[in-house]
Amino acid sequence: MANYSTNDFRPGLKVMVEQDPCTILDNEFVKPGKGQAFNRVRFRNLKTGRVVEKTLKSGDTLEAADVFDVEMQYLYNDGDFWHFMEPDNFEQYQADHHAIGETNKWLREQDLCIVTLYNGSPLSVTPPNHVELEIVETDPGLRGDTASGGTKPARLSTGAVIKVPLFVESGESVKVDTRTGEYLGRA
Amino acid sequence: MVAKHNTWKSGVDLETLKYRSFVMKELRRFLSNRGVLEIDVPVVGRSSVTDPGVSSFDVSSEHFRGFLQTSPEYFMKRLLASGSGDIFSLGKAFRAEEEGPAHNPEFTLLEWYRINWDEHQLIEEVVDLVSVFTPSVNLLKISYGELFQQVLGLNPHNAELSELQSRAEEANFGSWSTGFRSGCLDVLFETFVRPNMPDGLVILFDYPACQRALAQLHSVDGQQVSRRFEVFLNNSELANGYFELNNFSDHQNRFNEDRCERHAMGKFLPEDDLLLLEAVKSGLPDCAGVAFGVDRLLLQLLGAARIDEIMPFSWVRC
Repeated sequence: MANYSTNDFRPGLKVMVEQDPCTILDNEFVKPGKGQAFNRVRFRNLKTGRVVEKTLKSGDTLEAADVFDVEMQYLYNDGDFWHFMEPDNFEQYQADHHAIGETNKWLREQDLCIVTLYNGSPLSVTPPNHVELEIVETDPGLRGDTASGGTKPARLSTGAVIKVPLFVESGESVKVDTRTGEYLGRA
Repeated sequence: MVAKHNTWKSGVDLETLKYRSFVMKELRRFLSNRGVLEIDVPVVGRSSVTDPGVSSFDVSSEHFRGFLQTSPEYFMKRLLASGSGDIFSLGKAFRAEEEGPAHNPEFTLLEWYRINWDEHQLIEEVVDLVSVFTPSVNLLKISYGELFQQVLGLNPHNAELSELQSRAEEANFGSWSTGFRSGCLDVLFETFVRPNMPDGLVILFDYPACQRALAQLHSVDGQQVSRRFEVFLNNSELANGYFELNNFSDHQNRFNEDRCERHAMGKFLPEDDLLLLEAVKSGLPDCAGVAFGVDRLLLQLLGAARIDEIMPFSWVRC
C-alpha cells in the first residue's frame, strides 16, 4: 500500500498505526515559530473503536490501510456468522461477532448496510441510519393517550429494546434511529 | 475546512476588514509616536535563513535566484549596521510548509529594533503595545526554565537528553528517538506547557541555550541561557524577541551549527547570507529586536478559531 505524509492527513483517511487499521478523526498542525513542526493527530482504531492521539513530526508518513467501505445487503445469520452480499456482483462475505458487535440488534434481512472491509474481510458493519422494525413485545397501549408524552419499553423483532410512546402496540412497525436508538415514529 | 464553491470569497466580513485596518494603523501610530522609523525592505532576497525549523519558498526563475524572506530580520540588521537607528517594518513574511488553524504560509509581521535596549526593556514595550488593544490584560512574566519546571518537574536546561526523549515519548511523540534536544523541548512545551498557560499575556524569557537562534547567551545561576523571549496571548504564540547577537564569529558558528542540524534532518542546505555577515562584521549596534505576528494578534482580539476568519484570503482561498 501507499504511504501518506502528515500533509495528506484528512478526516476519514485510513492508515495503519502500530499494526492496526485506523481512521483519522482530525489533524492539527503545531509549530513554535522557530521550532520543530509537528502534527497532533487523533485516530479511531477500527478494530477496537478506541480513540488514540499521536504526535508526529511534520512530513512523517504512515502506511495506508487496506480498508474500504462497501454497501452490502444483509442476508442471514447462521448462528456463528452474519452473511452479507454485494448487490452488484453477488459476492458474499461473512462477518463474525467481533465485526458485528452492537449492530446485530438493528439488522433486518434484505436491509442495505455499510460493511467495512480490511484486507478483504469484514472489520465492522454500520446499519442504515433509520430502520423499520416490528414490535414483538410491549405493555398494552393506553388507547387515546397520544398527548401525555409518557414512554414504555418495547422489544423489537431483532431483540433491541427501545422506548416508545404509550399508544404504540405490539405487532406495529416503528421507525428507529440506529445511531441513538431513538423512536422516530410509526412506520 | 472551507466549502470549495465558496473559496472565491474572502473569509472575513466587512467589520473584520475594518478592524484589521484599524489595528494596522494603530501599530504604525504606536511605534511612529515613539520615534521608531518605518522602513520597507524586500520580500525577495538572494539568500534564505539557516534556521533548522524554518523553510523558505524558493522563487528562482530562469536567470534569477531568489527566496521569499521568512522575516525582514536580515535586511533590517543591515540597515541597523548602516546607522538607521530604531526601525520597524510592517509587512509580509513567508514560511513554506506552515499551514493550520494558527499558521498561514504568507502572514503579516511587525518587526522592530531598539538600539541600546536589552530584551527586558523591549518586553515592556511589547506589553504597552498589546495594551493599546486590550487595556486591562492579565500579565505573567516568568523565565522559561521556571515555568517548564513548574509544569513538568524537569529542568529544561540541564536535564539529560534521554530523559527529555522518554518524556516526549510519553506525550505520544512517535519519532522521539531521533529527536534533538530542542525538538524534544518543543514537543513537551507544546503538549504540556503552552496549553496550560493562563489567559492574558504570558512572557517567557531566558530560553534554553539550544533554542538561542540569534540571541546572545548569558549565565544565570551558573546556567548558560539565551537572551531570547517569547510572548503568548491566550496560549497563542504572538512574538519572539532577542537581545541580538552582534559578534561576527558567533554568527558564523551558529550558521554552521544550523547547517549541521539541517543536514541531519535531510533538509535543504542554504548558503550563508554573506551580505548580513559583512554587515555584522562592520558593526551591528547593541540592540534588542522582536518579531510580532499581526494575524495572531487579530486572532486573539477577535476570539477567532482559525486564521482564515481574520485574513482576507488565507491559503485555502489562494
